[in-house]
Amino acid sequence: MPLPLSGIRVIDLTVVWAGTFATTLLADLGAEVIKVENMHVWQPMTRGGQARPSPALVKAGAGWATGYPNSEPGPRPWNYCPTFVQQYRNKHSMTVDLVSDEGREIFARLVSESDALVENNATGTLEKIGIGPDFLREARDDLVMLRMPAYGSDGPYRYARALGVHLESVMGHTLLRGYPDLDPSYITSIFSGDYVAGAHGAFAVMSALRHRRRSGEGQLIELAQAECAGGMLAQAFMDFSFNGVVQERIGNRSVDGFAPYNLYPALSDGDGSDGGDRWISISVLDDDQWLGLREAMGDPDWARDADLRHNEGRLARHDELDERISVWTSTRNDYELMHLLQSHGVPAAPVLEAARIYDDPHVQHRQLNEVHELYDGVGAFRFNKPFIRFSETPLGIRKPPVALGEDNDYVYREVLGYSDDEIAGFVERGHIGMDYDPDIP
Amino acid sequence: MNPGPLDGVTVLDLTEHIAGPYCTKLFADFGADVIKVERPDGDPSRSVGPWHQGIQGPERSGTFFYFNTNKRSLVLDIERPEAVTVIERLLARADIVVESQPAGRLDSLGLGWERVSSLRDDLPMVSITPFGQDSPYRDFKISDLVLYGFAGEMYSIGVQDREPVKMYGTASLVECGAAAATGAMAALTAAELQGVGQHVDFSMADAQFNGVDRRHAATIGFEFAGRRSLRAPGPAAGMLAGVYPCADGYIEFSGAAIRIPRLNEMLGRPDWLQDEKWWQPGVGLIADLVDEFNGLFLPWALERTKREIWEAAREAKVLCGPLFSVDELFEDTHFSDRGFWSTAEHDELGEVKLLGRPLTMPASPWSIRRPPPRLGEHTDEVLSELGFEDSEIAELRASGATS
Repeated sequence: MPLPLSGIRVIDLTVVWAGTFATTLLADLGAEVIKVENMHVWQPMTRGGQARPSPALVKAGAGWATGYPNSEPGPRPWNYCPTFVQQYRNKHSMTVDLVSDEGREIFARLVSESDALVENNATGTLEKIGIGPDFLREARDDLVMLRMPAYGSDGPYRYARALGVHLESVMGHTLLRGYPDLDPSYITSIFSGDYVAGAHGAFAVMSALRHRRRSGEGQLIELAQAECAGGMLAQAFMDFSFNGVVQERIGNRSVDGFAPYNLYPALSDGDGSDGGDRWISISVLDDDQWLGLREAMGDPDWARDADLRHNEGRLARHDELDERISVWTSTRNDYELMHLLQSHGVPAAPVLEAARIYDDPHVQHRQLNEVHELYDGVGAFRFNKPFIRFSETPLGIRKPPVALGEDNDYVYREVLGYSDDEIAGFVERGHIGMDYDPDIP
Repeated sequence: MNPGPLDGVTVLDLTEHIAGPYCTKLFADFGADVIKVERPDGDPSRSVGPWHQGIQGPERSGTFFYFNTNKRSLVLDIERPEAVTVIERLLARADIVVESQPAGRLDSLGLGWERVSSLRDDLPMVSITPFGQDSPYRDFKISDLVLYGFAGEMYSIGVQDREPVKMYGTASLVECGAAAATGAMAALTAAELQGVGQHVDFSMADAQFNGVDRRHAATIGFEFAGRRSLRAPGPAAGMLAGVYPCADGYIEFSGAAIRIPRLNEMLGRPDWLQDEKWWQPGVGLIADLVDEFNGLFLPWALERTKREIWEAAREAKVLCGPLFSVDELFEDTHFSDRGFWSTAEHDELGEVKLLGRPLTMPASPWSIRRPPPRLGEHTDEVLSELGFEDSEIAELRASGATS
């Protein structure tokens, strides 16, 4: 049975995470997503920080940033930067020099053969190279266009450069999270804005395709990532709207005032500097779960206090409960705590450092990753699979992480219908290839 | 105004709390008729704040308010045998079912996928659960904290000598709701185009493990190179990277790949920055220089407001964001002039200002057509649409199946 989006072709001009997540979801769901890339223009933060990182850089730094395969840059580092490579599955890649008249002609032919286009470049970028909405509509009048600027295409912030972390600061998230007893400089970057923007983007494209099926018309969707992120902060916005209250950060405690609700230290193999520290999250959401926690702890005397039978009493003494529970958890294994607490109906789980997920029984049972070969024979590794399970149209990795220009032959020949001679000319004139210009660092 | 892109779609909504309701909110706000089946005591999100004017009540919850706009509420106790005929008629009418009951609960009531698929072979059903339908953790319970800690990238958020620290409120559940909406929309597409009914098993843990909020990069970084992604030793202080104090608050420069020419413009080309030592490749990796740079940058920041700094950064194309608070956003003219905010007129609470559209889709727009429903507000209306006579509705009410 065909996948839900089979037969839909999507042009992918996305960068970094938000846009690339949108097209990853569409690709997972069966669309033919074609990344359109340019060997002469290095777009930072999409195929790596640099095209050719030094061996020293690749050996230093956090795994998520510079942990290249086997800690080597490899023959074509842009095909396997860990920060971005999980966003390449199920996609096609073609190269074309869009900063040329011929490149734009090739691109127009691709647009005419496509259903949707997704991009999240800085506002004005497409217009600057002459492929803005007018150009796109000219090539295909019922095209669904999704643009995902940080703050929108109008207003004073429209040209602000931003990653997810910046627009979350603007939307209030950064002041609403983190340690309540430390100043905001102790807050680490998160990218939940990329997550929700990507998911909403995929939802929007599918919705607009439905509208096109019914009306015959395409349209230009604008997803301002900052606005899209607001929903994650709904309680804070509603509190201000209802009550004029500006909420403050409460660390790991419950926004709904449930108690106890926190992280607690578990038996550790090391500490935060070596990745060996262990933590168990515990959330008591009602009075029955409090009884469950008491039972799991062996019903110690302090926990039998009548004041603690109701959430109000527990919330008033949250600090004291945290100290007591920490004493109990700190000598116990985190997975054993999860099983014990869950068997008593208490929400609880280890805080998994990323390296530990591969051994988790849930991850294994659900087969959340799968071994695929990287391009250039760099090696075989476990990659994330599509994460939504469909009973009749199961998703999977149909194509391993795509290398720059890997599908040039398919796209130029089969999608665009160019002849051998024309293709030879495109190679000669720098449209087609698999390597960034040698002078790009 | 044109109808939304999901005009004509009927959603049978058996979701509760945050993740499922956010998924069906997207359907509702983009034009679908979402019939929310509520237990007699209401969606549990009616029982949490923030409370309107601090007064508790099932129609006064800010959480329920935001996550349930444009839906209709039908009270039904699905554990009562009398409820079965109501559900069957809803299934006959629906284009998609979205539910977030504990895994196995609908099956045990005879309302699970087996039953649904036996009644309709063209009806998709999306089940949103913490760990999916078949996990060894299938029956485990979660909260936002438990989910994000276990499957999201929480471990590396914060500083090394402290505990990891989570996102705000229920952010990870909202991420899951948005991701579930993509699955639901794809299933609806397959049903409309190919006549396929199917069960979509959406595990919130899987959506965190394999999503995009840095966990995907931390896991593959380990797989590729055996390297871990740890919390920071202390506050970030790169060149520029981190949250810095300024005259009236804080300003964020994290994630900025260093570009000295742009920083030079932002800072107004100060004499000290013209020294060629700042312009050498890899300067951001030389610890002494980074420290010196931050020492010189900080006084500049402390003399300026976050808006002034952001304006200078925008003009120089430097990655930057001020740490705004919610009250500042409500007053910010960029967002209000763009038409971001929305309002809903509520019987009990009056006019309520709330977060607006997540995106604009001009030919088939997002809209608030109705406020969140009062508990059971549409029970009679929906039941009569389903063909129940007044006397039958009275019987259902007498049985306790509805109220």
